[in-house]
Amino acid sequence: MPFKYFGKINYTPYTKVSKFADELHKGKLMGSKCKNCGEKTFPPRADCLKCLSGDFEFVKVKSTGTLVTFTTINSAPTGFEDMTPYTLGLVDLDGGGRLLSWFENTKFEDIKIGMKVKVIPRIFEEVEEIKLYYALEKA
Amino acid sequence: MKVGVVGVGHGKFGRRSDATVQELAFEAFRVALEDVNNLERKDIDAVIIGSSPEYHKQRSLPGVITEYIGMNDKPTWLTEAACASSSAALRSAYMAIKSGIHDTVLVLGVQKMTELNTAEIQSLMGRVGDVQWESIYGITFPGYYALYANKHMATHGTTSEQLAKVAVKSHHYGAQNPYALFQKEITIERALSSPMVAHPLRMFDCCANADGAVALLLTKDKLAKKYHDTPVWIEGLGSASAPISVLRRPDMTSIPSAVAAGKDAYKMARVKPKDIHVADVHDCFTIAEIIAYEDLGFCKPGKGGKFIEDKESYIGGKIPVNVDGGLKSKGHPVGATGASQTTEIVKQLRGDCGKRQVKGADVGLTHNVGGIGQYCFVHIYKR
Ligand SMILES: [Zn+2]
Repeated sequence: MPFKYFGKINYTPYTKVSKFADELHKGKLMGSKCKNCGEKTFPPRADCLKCLSGDFEFVKVKSTGTLVTFTTINSAPTGFEDMTPYTLGLVDLDGGGRLLSWFENTKFEDIKIGMKVKVIPRIFEEVEEIKLYYALEKA
Repeated sequence: MKVGVVGVGHGKFGRRSDATVQELAFEAFRVALEDVNNLERKDIDAVIIGSSPEYHKQRSLPGVITEYIGMNDKPTWLTEAACASSSAALRSAYMAIKSGIHDTVLVLGVQKMTELNTAEIQSLMGRVGDVQWESIYGITFPGYYALYANKHMATHGTTSEQLAKVAVKSHHYGAQNPYALFQKEITIERALSSPMVAHPLRMFDCCANADGAVALLLTKDKLAKKYHDTPVWIEGLGSASAPISVLRRPDMTSIPSAVAAGKDAYKMARVKPKDIHVADVHDCFTIAEIIAYEDLGFCKPGKGGKFIEDKESYIGGKIPVNVDGGLKSKGHPVGATGASQTTEIVKQLRGDCGKRQVKGADVGLTHNVGGIGQYCFVHIYKR
């Protein structure tokens, strides 16, 4: 499955880490691991920052983490207007790596910096298209 | 060899539906030429344009502007570093003069942001960060700084009142600046009750888009006195980059590129933060000004909220900051902002700022951040 299904709006359908979307479709959250030096990264990347190798494989990452910071968007960009207000969280994953995503099924009052959160793969299959993303929930 | 700013020309910022981008550039250029003696177009060796091209319908601006202001066949090129594009241009001009390739260089920071309709602006606004992993969640430019604000509040106890106090100060000085887009004082109550844009940032925590242009004339020490009685010397330049992606930012309370750029600029100018008499910092959001106090060493990390609370950034405080009203009151035509900051510091060091004058200002600083901090340029000036 191509990467174009990743995100509510996808701006970058062509990438060397396209297989990330296939895995997410199966409910798996994958990072990359450098085959040369073993460096692990989330989000996945094709090119190792540490040893410059371009040889990598996908590895499953922990889908729990800690909330670094958050915000609630009231004034949204194109394509997100129907969702406002939505709360975004920046999360340090327990096994390393960081991600940005929005909260679902969580009360705003319950969102606190330093709280534990879980990252949940989401799949929306509609008539004409599929949308994949991961969401945050209070752990 | 020293490099100095001898001419400054600040155009009017705001919604400039009356002018094309090259017409805005000409306005500022004309004012800069009026600011110098014995310097004509034939004495200028190169034109460096600082601008963020994605806002313009006209492509390849340097060619169009250089033609319109009658500077063909002098060399021209663009420097792009988002909101820091014209500070990048000043850095290029310094290098060009210092290398001996050019003697006198025109820096033109210019931006038209209102050529795009609301839908186009909203679409651009959704792609300010890493589009692969972040923009897909609808994060905006205020949203990124809001992530910083909430983290700064949780870590250092910074408050919404302190953020609002930055806006109150900006409007206080903006009210005295004829170039400012908003020339009106505001109350803290008004700032704190303005609509939420991205929690905890409200409308009065955010600067406004604008159109505008600013021109700077730079030359070498041997020629400077011929062109202006009081050249302002560029004594320190620092610049650094940081990951655009907040996923690769180690700390969400400081802009790492600003810390690094500041260190380099202080070292080159052989001054310390306490030696700065007046500064213009990049206050695209109120939290950005508070973080700038800390990143530049005006106060200790975490004490930026207290710095504004104690009015240390007012005239009469430790280091007056943004006494031109900052981006917040002047408006933020991204490509022109860095050159606008330089103009303010040059005028302060010349002693030309009237009611807003910082008495006896000899050493000034500009801090211009591009985007979310992927670029930062710090310049230190002396008279
Ligand atoms: Zn490696």
